[in-house]
Amino acid sequence: MRTRPTLSILTAALALCALIGASSPAALAIDAVDPAADAKAFRDFFVKKFPQVKFEDFVNGPYSMNEDMRKQWKDKEQFPPYEFALEAGKEMFSKPFKNGKHYADCFENGGIGVRQTYPTFDEKEGQVITLELALNRCREVNGEQPYSYVKDEMAQLTAYMAFTSRGKPFDIKIPNDPRALEAYENGKRYFYTRRGQLNFSCASCHVQNPGERIRAEVLAPAFGILNAMPIYRSEWSGMGTTSRRFTTCNSQIRGVPLEPQSLEYRDLEYYLSYVSNGLPISGPGARP
Amino acid sequence: MTGSLATRRLILKGVGAVALIGLGQVSFEASFGLMPALAAANDKYPDDAFKQKNAADAIKALYGRDHEASDKVKLDAPEIAENGGVVPIAVTTSLPDVTSISFVVSENPFALAASYHIPDGTVPAVANRLKMAKTCNVIALVESGGKLYSATKEVKVTVGGCGG
Amino acid sequence: MASTIRVRAILNGDITDVQTLIQHPMDTGLVKDAKGEIIPARYIQQLSFEHNGKAVFLADWGTAVSKDPYVKFAFKGAAKGDELKVSWVDNLGATDSLTAKIQ
Repeated sequence: MRTRPTLSILTAALALCALIGASSPAALAIDAVDPAADAKAFRDFFVKKFPQVKFEDFVNGPYSMNEDMRKQWKDKEQFPPYEFALEAGKEMFSKPFKNGKHYADCFENGGIGVRQTYPTFDEKEGQVITLELALNRCREVNGEQPYSYVKDEMAQLTAYMAFTSRGKPFDIKIPNDPRALEAYENGKRYFYTRRGQLNFSCASCHVQNPGERIRAEVLAPAFGILNAMPIYRSEWSGMGTTSRRFTTCNSQIRGVPLEPQSLEYRDLEYYLSYVSNGLPISGPGARP
Repeated sequence: MTGSLATRRLILKGVGAVALIGLGQVSFEASFGLMPALAAANDKYPDDAFKQKNAADAIKALYGRDHEASDKVKLDAPEIAENGGVVPIAVTTSLPDVTSISFVVSENPFALAASYHIPDGTVPAVANRLKMAKTCNVIALVESGGKLYSATKEVKVTVGGCGG
Repeated sequence: MASTIRVRAILNGDITDVQTLIQHPMDTGLVKDAKGEIIPARYIQQLSFEHNGKAVFLADWGTAVSKDPYVKFAFKGAAKGDELKVSWVDNLGATDSLTAKIQ
């Protein structure tokens, strides 16, 4: 598959800076980083490319792109495959820790209807905090063992939290902090960088070819691609989180997957969520 | 750039001539000697039918009679299954006195997938989710007034994707 | 222990629409695990629905019914608040049952 270069000159310059080892914010042309403009350009690209897709529908991934698939999905949504995970998540969320505290104590509004604000940039720590990271921290602070980031309990908990935010638009904030801007740019850079033996970037499939097929699967648009997380995939015969999808995709393009919730994945999630601001949370979701 | 990953790059197994199962040649009454009982009259699990490999043998074991295609049997199944493990398939019918509805997936290791008893007072319509091993015909069978009717549709099942 | 059965039975006019989702692996006995060993067949064989002691639907299932099986059907003659009893038995003899109220 031959493609046009997807790295802008600015991003290429930033990549070069990163290679030279310039990690201090001063090396970053901060005044040239404009997430708001990026988000608008991102949104406009997809809206223009798919005029027949209703704005909120972008969160439905391949189902917004293909009628036959959409019909099968709607059929299954009558009694969706993530039903059991959602129930389990609700039960888990309300169960107290051994020390008597609850997940609700670790989150704004008791963790109800807050999913759309994650990931956030923690200015104290200077890094991106995803919902899954926040949940495991909550567990550890309360004397519990952390959960695996990719599936099972973590997927059940995030399924419940996503469900309480259904319909709320993504509301990711980038504070006026050079480290936050750097994390955003890092995520953007990851998104547009080719990797793996198949030499695909995230953009190769999800910006250049949404609605088209990669082998037998219909590709989802990048706009709104995280809104349905966590997802029940028929392919997995089970639930998976954003981490599960990032790692499996890396493997599928014959690249080396990073550790779930590693810095780059969190920055990537930060970028992807931010540029989908305004699109409603639809999770938990179902996918092929 | 569009089109290089276009639909014709699909790895489609079994595209081409649709092989309709032609069951009209065998007369079951002649081979059995008597009129087979209605499948619904018996609540026992049809173990034998579920053990049959191909569609013809499964239908014979379950109903013991011929079936004829009827446009009064509406089979709803996708063109291309998004995942062969969970294919939503449904049937509705305007035929009267329905006592049984079944689904056969012709190229599955065991062709009979499911069979439903429809007692009096139950609407003759069923929706379920079935596994399909590969592209092949799905046959919906409806037992109405003691006779057997059917509708057939080819569903494509693809293998190999990228979780895209 | 929570039931494996989830039911929605809703009265629309004189017809009760029933949808069921059941938590069950529906293993075919044809799939191998990570160690290369066959995962034994474990699948629901019969699923029955009873209203006022009368069978309103009976499903005979084979291994080709999807994991976490789903079925939808409808029947006449029920009233709001009536009970619908759902039961299943699998090839290993395991069973589960749930009584739901028609909404």
